[in-house]
Amino acid sequence: MTIDDIMQIPPYSLGKDEKGKILTERLVDLTEHHRENCPEYRAILEAMGYDGRKVRNYKDLPFLPVRLFKELSLKSVPQEEVVKTMTSSGTSGQAVSRIYLDRTTSANQQKAMVKVVSDFTGSGRMPMVILDCPSVVKDRRMFSARGAGILGFSIFGAKKIYALDDEMRLDVDGLAAFLEKYNGRDILLFGFTFMVWQHFYKELLRLKGERITFDLSRGILIHGGGWKKLVSEAVSPEEFHKRLKDVCGLDRIHDYYGMVEQTGCIYMQCEYGHLHASVFSDVIMRRPLDFSECGIGEKGIIQVVSVLPESYPGHSLLTEDEGILLGEDDCPCGRKGKYFEVLGRLKDAEIRGCSDTYAVKFGEKYDG
Amino acid sequence: MMGKEMMETLDGVSFLIGDKDIVAGMPCLPAREPFDGAILDMLNDVSRILMAGREAREYPDVVTFAFWIRRSSTLKLKERFRREDGNIRFGRGVAFHIAPSNVPVNFAYSLAAGLLTGNANIVRVPSKDFPQVRIIAGAFAEALATEKNREAAAYVCLLKYGREKDVNDLFSSIADTRIIWGGDATVEEIRKSPLGARAGEVTFADRFSIAVVDSNAYMKMDDKDRVAEDFYNDTYLTDQNACTSPRLVAWMGNRREEAKDEFWGRLHRLVKRKYHFQPIQGVDKLTGSCLASVVYGAWEGENHFPGGAKAGQTAACVDRLDTLGNGESGVRIEPHTDNLLVRVKIPQILDGLMELKGNSGYFLEYDCEDIMELKGLCSDSRCQTVAYIGDVGMVGPLLRSGIKGIDRVVPAGRTMDFDLIWDGYDLYGRLTRVIDLIE
Repeated sequence: MTIDDIMQIPPYSLGKDEKGKILTERLVDLTEHHRENCPEYRAILEAMGYDGRKVRNYKDLPFLPVRLFKELSLKSVPQEEVVKTMTSSGTSGQAVSRIYLDRTTSANQQKAMVKVVSDFTGSGRMPMVILDCPSVVKDRRMFSARGAGILGFSIFGAKKIYALDDEMRLDVDGLAAFLEKYNGRDILLFGFTFMVWQHFYKELLRLKGERITFDLSRGILIHGGGWKKLVSEAVSPEEFHKRLKDVCGLDRIHDYYGMVEQTGCIYMQCEYGHLHASVFSDVIMRRPLDFSECGIGEKGIIQVVSVLPESYPGHSLLTEDEGILLGEDDCPCGRKGKYFEVLGRLKDAEIRGCSDTYAVKFGEKYDG
Repeated sequence: MMGKEMMETLDGVSFLIGDKDIVAGMPCLPAREPFDGAILDMLNDVSRILMAGREAREYPDVVTFAFWIRRSSTLKLKERFRREDGNIRFGRGVAFHIAPSNVPVNFAYSLAAGLLTGNANIVRVPSKDFPQVRIIAGAFAEALATEKNREAAAYVCLLKYGREKDVNDLFSSIADTRIIWGGDATVEEIRKSPLGARAGEVTFADRFSIAVVDSNAYMKMDDKDRVAEDFYNDTYLTDQNACTSPRLVAWMGNRREEAKDEFWGRLHRLVKRKYHFQPIQGVDKLTGSCLASVVYGAWEGENHFPGGAKAGQTAACVDRLDTLGNGESGVRIEPHTDNLLVRVKIPQILDGLMELKGNSGYFLEYDCEDIMELKGLCSDSRCQTVAYIGDVGMVGPLLRSGIKGIDRVVPAGRTMDFDLIWDGYDLYGRLTRVIDLIE
């Protein structure tokens, strides 16, 4: 099956065996492709003693640690074919991932994203409120995770406004006018979890005290970027949902899990609070001690695989996030494939040693 | 001596032992002779208190320290360092120690070295709450509170503070010797505080260490589990991240393969039983293995990528390494059943190899035909300890080849044994002064 065939499959339509077959075939091909075209990748496979003939299942394929993309410039196409370079946003002084996209990979990322998200929002574009500031997407040659997320999701928006100005203040009048204009229609809202909480929810709450309210009961909020920054505020996902509903009636809220290293293959949260893997990608939870596969309900390090990456060897990656597989093919929402929960970043190692450590070595990956 | 303003600088400092007045008095305190009887008595008291305490005995590093400062041990040091040249030796005066933040008992050795050489000591201990720090500081406090050690009490201040420069400035200004542990970054930080013109300084910079194993000798050893235990103590005991921990193992002799199986197999069983594994360590080792493979196998420098796109974030190691670039990987990530012990066999010793070093049970491994193959690696002045298994003679030619590195050559199992000659410094010499007496 070619990638174009795979792109035609409804994203949550395949059961374990069928999906496994397709993934195995495609991912083995991708492994071979990157081995031929990316010398660094080839060197790694060689050192690992990789033998493609022994692979029976995509779970047997090697995986690269995502951090490698911060350390090395990895691509499987000549530089002339690179049309976009995605970077993870890191705090200053920290290495950022660089992901090189050619036309094909970039286009497939967008297609996959549309298929996945439409399954939750319905097809057809909607008026869209971006819960962020316009400056975050200014430099289009270098996409940060935040910028990439916004641009990625913008394809679902018919008319768009940024709800925040560059000082991160809510544009109350602009938002009111926008909602007035599209009164009676579904509205798509998108933002990073922390931004939504800090600059949107909190402002709405304050405004409510001044009797200024917004009705977002027709809104669909998609947010991602992780909960790490909200831990200090002690906000659970349930609390997040409830408080937003209380303040503006927003009830269709979907978190998502994704990373710049596998853009397009995002894992959307369903109505039951579960993150779902589509046919374009999968998660495998691995035991830290030996990287063997975890059972359902067992905490492990998340490996992500994706059928999309052709221009860089990122089709099988070991993240630094922990998660739990909740089940496969049997989520009450009806979507097939694995569903899971993300628990957050692995803890930095506390190791002894004569040299004092000053800076944190690796920063937050999904900067909000 | 110290003005009001100076005393206020000390407001943010918390004293585990001593107080502001003791600090203020230190510059006027008489220096003592090395191995002064009162000091040896006091250290022996501390040792006894430690050995008698139930809690202390739970920490092997505390016990080892207690052994090191007991009288029979300090008298041996005295014997070794005594110089019958007719000159008079005294401590230099005030020693200001900055202990490393990640090694719990290091501060205690630094303090003991300062005391044994006759100095008054201001020691910044790790800010982290290590039980070992509490236990040792407690033992000193108890010993110093007794009447017979009243005099010695003026020579000890243990304290904690953050990274306040004004405090560093103050202590540096009164120090006759400054001892900085904690590696390059700490040395750079503390050096922002000026020392007096005649003050001396001992700096413990970032170092790395290696191991050399004669496979023939190893295979003939009876107690291979003991060897494993020794090597465990050299490495895993400090997460293989101390400056003394071997990061690379060079295998000599012609029974290498069988020796490796034995050696690593036994070590692995021990690690499985004793080591506390942290999930991120598996990811770190995988990352390290991949980087090593790339550096050796694929890097073709600027020629490979059209337009010389060497990418801004290329690993520092790739930048600095003098790489092979022949597209052939001779690297082998040795098959492993779990992430406790990861070995990467490298085909050649490259300059800057140690940029690829890892920790917590990540070993670079090299089949060495001739000890001189390590010359480049050991010419790096950051190379500190060679731990050996077999006959020490095998390292001889290397040591005499004019290399800039290697300060210690010790049997496996003893890399951590502290001595007054440490990290290439003769601490006895550095912390004392000589009155040259010509009759």
